[in-house]
Amino acid sequence: MTTRTLLRVRRPGRLAAEAAALVIAAAVAFPLYWMLLSAFKPAGEIQSTEARPWTLAPSLDSFRRVFEQQEFGRYFVNSLIVAGSVVVASALIAFLAATAVTRFRFRFRTTLLIMFLVAQMVPVEALAIPLFFLMRDMGQLNTLGALILPHLAFSLPFAIWMLRGFVKAVPEALEEAAYIDGASRTRFLWQILFPLVLPGLVATSVFSFISTWNDFLFAKSFIISDTSQSTLPMALLVFFKPDENDWGGIMAASTVMTVPVLVFFVLVQRRLVSGLGGAVKD
Amino acid sequence: MTADTTAYKTEGPGAAARRGGGPARPPRRRPASSTRRPGWTPWLYLLPALVLLGGLLVYPIYQLGLISFLEYTQAQVSGGEPTTFQGFGNYATLFGDSQFWQVLLATVLFAAACVVATLLVGCALAVLLTRVRALPRLALMMAALGAWATPAITGSTVWVFLFDPDFGPVNKVLGLGDFSWTYGRYSAFALVLLEVLWCSFPFVMVTVYAGIRAIPAEVLEAASLDGASQWRTWRSVTAPMLRPILVVVTIQSIIWDFKVFTQIYVMTNGGGIAGQNLVLNVYAYQKAFASSQYSLGSAIGVVMLVILLAVTLVYLRLMRRQGEEL
Repeated sequence: MTTRTLLRVRRPGRLAAEAAALVIAAAVAFPLYWMLLSAFKPAGEIQSTEARPWTLAPSLDSFRRVFEQQEFGRYFVNSLIVAGSVVVASALIAFLAATAVTRFRFRFRTTLLIMFLVAQMVPVEALAIPLFFLMRDMGQLNTLGALILPHLAFSLPFAIWMLRGFVKAVPEALEEAAYIDGASRTRFLWQILFPLVLPGLVATSVFSFISTWNDFLFAKSFIISDTSQSTLPMALLVFFKPDENDWGGIMAASTVMTVPVLVFFVLVQRRLVSGLGGAVKD
Repeated sequence: MTADTTAYKTEGPGAAARRGGGPARPPRRRPASSTRRPGWTPWLYLLPALVLLGGLLVYPIYQLGLISFLEYTQAQVSGGEPTTFQGFGNYATLFGDSQFWQVLLATVLFAAACVVATLLVGCALAVLLTRVRALPRLALMMAALGAWATPAITGSTVWVFLFDPDFGPVNKVLGLGDFSWTYGRYSAFALVLLEVLWCSFPFVMVTVYAGIRAIPAEVLEAASLDGASQWRTWRSVTAPMLRPILVVVTIQSIIWDFKVFTQIYVMTNGGGIAGQNLVLNVYAYQKAFASSQYSLGSAIGVVMLVILLAVTLVYLRLMRRQGEEL
């Protein structure tokens, strides 16, 4: 709290800063506002070249079109399944791995850490080619597994890297006390360490959730023939037409795709900010 | 890699007792934390991660390299024709193609522009956040989180729509008539840059802001008690303490912006008119999946991998120099 009062400028400068902050906030939020607005605009207003920043006749037509489009609901569920599996699995696996590299000293520990760091830099898109063949050989093409497995692998290095700070922050004395009280290593891991690291896990999950939910490339390349296994980004593309884009449909579908992430973000926002602080501070 | 590294570690003497772990175990004082005699436990914890990373990251990288040395087109993939070893043939083809060099240059310049813009805007707004009261701060934070949370594909479509020559509000407000942003090479890149900036400055802003907030109040109090001016405090206290964070956000931005795919693909419809907006990523994808030249696509992938690896090495050196312990 004192930090804030100290950093604060108590002069007319502050009012200007606050005005600037509000204007910038409005500008940053505008694309999202425009997306929502256009999703609710009736077709006639979207097609009009006036581009009014409000609508007097909100309609659900675009949303109706989106959900009437074949299997949109299914794509939505598929997206949820893929992102949900990746978040849960990568959180658990990364928690174990982060514990291993922060609370144990063993040979190759530093090597491993460097490898996790390097792994974050690997361009996912370049790996689409070999992964395509791998998924084909594993018989995973056209299944959600082809989306879950690669994303799991891609979100792990960053998750491990980020969780490190949180696991390290749990005092060693606590671990010692747990053992003296007769807790087994497994018990310490899941009943003491895990709850303490949970805020960090939440912050980390945001990243795996977003990168998976956003995935466009793998959904496009690995789900070729069985569209029932497709995810939301593909559903969005349906509304792009060579002659004339259905902007109302695109914006409504975008809204449906964006809102769950926004909700997720708002829910974890506090933890995210403190989490980032914790992760980079160490 | 898991197999041979685990093999060398034999079980520590405490391992059996630990596994027993029940109440019968004598209340003997264990070595403080698990740092001594870890035995196979860390490897057990690491096992799932290593299996996944080995199978879905390391092996594909090996495959990527391998394919880049083969002749691998539709005929080999589905036609059952034998693959032939090409040596550096694919690389020779690639490096002999002027388009490759043009795309490489465009990628580097575009990524650099994105990184600089993101860092400047992100840091400036982080400082701004520390100077305003709760309400404007909340507004800006929420707007930024919204932009950050927006999936790349929806962000791309919305920005294209905002700048649409017929129905978009931007041209109306700026009086640009039916100017098409995606038609020209530079205006298309500029439009994508704006979208990338919009969705990536929040990470920098939030991280740097969290970093500033994490500076202990006592340190700043001490500085002001010692009579340091605001500028002096920033230069001698705040900035040095922020440096590790700035390194992290810079490197992350380089990595992200170098790999931009969805935005370019969606906003310029697969790389722009006549490929004028291609970046390496999209170029590799087009080569591999659109024209079935998997080996050329893989060779481009290898080039990207090498460049990003170089960035990583710089990062590691910076971290080492700061004396950060891994």
